[in-house]
Amino acid sequence: MTQRRQFLLNTAAVAATAALPLGARAQGAPAIKVGVLHPVTGALAYSGNLSRLGAQIAIDEINAAGGIKGMGGAKLQALLGDAQSKPEIGVAEVEKMNEQGASAIVGAYASAICLATTQAAAKYNIPHVVDVGVADQIVTRGLKNTFRFGPGYKITTEAAINNLHIMNTVARKPARTVMIIHEESLFGTGTANLLASQLPGMGYEVKEIVKHANPTRDFNNIVLKMKSINPDIVIPANYYNEYALLLRTMKQQNVTPKAVFSVLGGAASSFKFVKEYADAANGVIDVNHWYNPKDKRALALRKKVEAMQGQFYTYEVFLNYQCVYLLADAIERAKSSKREDIINALASSTWDKHFMPYGPTKFVNGQNTGAMPLTMQVLKGDIKVILPNTYAESEPVFPWKA
Amino acid sequence: MIFWIKATKKLNPPANLFMLDPAIIFASVLNGLTTGAVYALIALGLTLIYGVLHIINFAHGAALMMALYGVYFLHEKLGLDPYVSLPIMVPAMFAAGYLLYRGVIGRASHGKDENILLITLGLSIILENAALYFFKSDTLSIDTPYTLSTVNIFGAMIAVPKVVAFFGALATTVVLLLVIGKTSLGRAIRACAKERQGARLVGIDVDHVFAMSFGIGLACLGAAACFLLPAYYVNPQVGNGFVLIAFTIVVLGGMGSFVGALIGGFLIGVVESLGGLVLGESLGQIGIFVIFIVVLLFRPQGLFGARA
Amino acid sequence: MRSLAAIAILVVAVAALPLFVSSGVTLGFVTMVLYATLLGQAWNILGGFGGQFSFGHAVFFGTGAYAMAVLQMRFGFNAWLALPCAMALGAVAGTLLGALSFRYGLRGSYFALVTLAFAEVFRILANTFDFTGAGVGLQLPLQEGAGAMQFAGETGYLYLALALATISLLFAWWLKHSRYGAWLAAVRDNEDSAAALGVNAFRVKLAAITVSGALMAAGGAFYVQKFHYIDPHLAYGAAISVEALLSAIIGGMGTIFGPLLGAVVLHGLGELTRNSLSSAPGASLIIYGALLVLIIMFMPRGIAGLFEGKR
Repeated sequence: MTQRRQFLLNTAAVAATAALPLGARAQGAPAIKVGVLHPVTGALAYSGNLSRLGAQIAIDEINAAGGIKGMGGAKLQALLGDAQSKPEIGVAEVEKMNEQGASAIVGAYASAICLATTQAAAKYNIPHVVDVGVADQIVTRGLKNTFRFGPGYKITTEAAINNLHIMNTVARKPARTVMIIHEESLFGTGTANLLASQLPGMGYEVKEIVKHANPTRDFNNIVLKMKSINPDIVIPANYYNEYALLLRTMKQQNVTPKAVFSVLGGAASSFKFVKEYADAANGVIDVNHWYNPKDKRALALRKKVEAMQGQFYTYEVFLNYQCVYLLADAIERAKSSKREDIINALASSTWDKHFMPYGPTKFVNGQNTGAMPLTMQVLKGDIKVILPNTYAESEPVFPWKA
Repeated sequence: MIFWIKATKKLNPPANLFMLDPAIIFASVLNGLTTGAVYALIALGLTLIYGVLHIINFAHGAALMMALYGVYFLHEKLGLDPYVSLPIMVPAMFAAGYLLYRGVIGRASHGKDENILLITLGLSIILENAALYFFKSDTLSIDTPYTLSTVNIFGAMIAVPKVVAFFGALATTVVLLLVIGKTSLGRAIRACAKERQGARLVGIDVDHVFAMSFGIGLACLGAAACFLLPAYYVNPQVGNGFVLIAFTIVVLGGMGSFVGALIGGFLIGVVESLGGLVLGESLGQIGIFVIFIVVLLFRPQGLFGARA
Repeated sequence: MRSLAAIAILVVAVAALPLFVSSGVTLGFVTMVLYATLLGQAWNILGGFGGQFSFGHAVFFGTGAYAMAVLQMRFGFNAWLALPCAMALGAVAGTLLGALSFRYGLRGSYFALVTLAFAEVFRILANTFDFTGAGVGLQLPLQEGAGAMQFAGETGYLYLALALATISLLFAWWLKHSRYGAWLAAVRDNEDSAAALGVNAFRVKLAAITVSGALMAAGGAFYVQKFHYIDPHLAYGAAISVEALLSAIIGGMGTIFGPLLGAVVLHGLGELTRNSLSSAPGASLIIYGALLVLIIMFMPRGIAGLFEGKR
């Protein structure tokens, strides 16, 4: 459809709805189609489904609250896509969403998939809000349509190193040696490389870096190594299954470092882990995507998600939830479902009605510059933010005494 | 800060000394043996199916996944301990295997190996996604009183579930050897494995024997799942992590050899464990496949198999 | 000659497609079908025409993909120069793997398993060395333009895939009509009697795996150019080996158009099932798997078998 015809249609729609009473108007406004694209089958199905859940809750809420008010109460309509954990399927889904008339896309969780989908969306100038995708290459390629609300792994790892150093300094530096255990793909390796290059400069000795496969069936070897090295701090950067096995094995082998301090994943950012392995989780520290614990909206959403059968309030859920709201705000200000207008509105976004610790939104080259992770610790069976101080709920317990 | 580093440096032993520490190597070998026992349990079923039907069962990992879900739900819904579930899971998986072969695999294969391969591939896609559809994508695990307990074997701490799995693998091998060696069904299976046309000529119902073999193959997975779950987890993709290693063990031990699968499992477990210690967990996996290739090239009948 | 004419019609029809169709979904679909045809035909040359089943064709795919990315990113090669180099490296990988496994007389499932193991070894190596980006993978820099083989629209990729798929189809046609092809068929049907007739089975199989490796590597190179990212799992994972053999077996092994038919059916099914049940994760793939089983049940000789009548 040409832009001219689209424009005429839109004008006609606005003219028609202007004459109607309010209730009927909401019915009449054409829905705004939003692509919700995640890997809901295949190896990443767990995270993909949680991501989809978060986006859907947000869309339902926005629609229930009257849709996009600046456009006569137009509803958001989710176009659900499944990338099947493969970049090429992600691209095919973007093509499909383009022809279904998606005004924007939210997704696609994994970095490798995001790299492919943002670029495919760029071809049609579809605004693409990246929900997680921590690889920094996603936002450094100069794609005008790509906006990442959350932090990448560079920002996150740097925050992790800083916060670790602060805690250690406050505790009079009981910790000096580090062992890094990371999964072998992009996120784990990238994070480990950054840690290994920056920690020595701050006075820490990286004793050992262990890379492991997904899945790793057994962690006894790694823990045996850990036992003999006896590092003060263990830094895991891996996915849930491997993290769980690692901590369980550490418990079995009775290895108790001064801190388990994981980056982008771990027990202190997973209510599921805390519930299922209360013992192993205690005292663990994470640096990860997290909400402002003092914000009522974040807690309300937590309640809502936990009321659902078998669901947990994870970063996939609330990041996608917030990304949809970010997008809705842009559409609201653009007063248009046109891709170009939404991209411009996103680029100039100063949105601050979120519950993330990011401050007012500001995109530079597609990266939200205020985005940062928080540092949490599992204390008395619950997850508490410990750093930075603005958001802290508890004092860090460091070093941890088992 | 530099001063501080110097002051504490002496307190730490050099990082590479541990490589020589015999206690670590001993613990690593023991750990490899117990991990290998679980691999052997999975490979036992595969080697039977391979030895008799001469097919590469791509659905083996998916079947293991279903068995793990079975153990999980017996624990969660009926409160059954995984080891108590053994007498339920083994016959259940046997029945599933028998019916699967009778209903789908045997019927669809038209006697062509490449077709059986694709059928099992199709089945694995169906099973994996059925699990995703019905059980969702969550990683599930069970909490038993012994999940975190360990046994001290000369200073090496070995998790209780793994010690149990070790003896479970031994027992399963013995049972399989008895079934194949001493029963009339076993004789028929051996006959079909060697010469299916000849077996048919002497009046053996080959299709029935094949279905029984497939059933027994999956029954082994039922046992494997009971021994594995207390130390592991289940999700729709969990089986994929074990398929390749099970194939390696089957080849190493000799296709169709139970003793070979058992010893192959132990061997691969130890190689993986020591390889991980020396080369790192990720690169250490390479040892498994190098052994695999070398065995295939120089002794394709495996360590314990007769030349086909 | 009828097959040649059919290939010509296919080329003309696909080449003209962008004149009539502007839908990115359709063009993308055809592109991916041609890409799958290429992978399937690469497998078919060794597996279908040569009777040597491989489970590890990813080893060639990954080699081509990594060669394409590394040559451009580390050595500054132009993409059009890197493509033949990647294919050559795929051919070398094929020769080496073939020399090793055929020298030791590996057949049937033994050969299948050794290819699988090689793919795993390569995956682990690619995962380890910085040269290949290790676990981080390689991200091809954006550099749009036909000169860099990075096309702005779908049409460019469509033509690239068409060219590569056509090469593979023409080679398959040649196999059907050449003396070499007859040797290969003889080796497939009975290696010992072929040897008795004076055919050097080892060299015949070696040639087949070399060409197969080169074509598969072209598939890997295409993947990198289209999706700009490769990591050890995408390059050497089992998924790509399965994709290659699936379209060839479903379509009909040892036939010229089998891989094309298989690719059309498999991708068509994939699209249909994915579109119909997007809100229930897993449901679409259950149906996909069930249809796969049904096709094998009722078409044991592949789709091409339907056209050939009873043998």
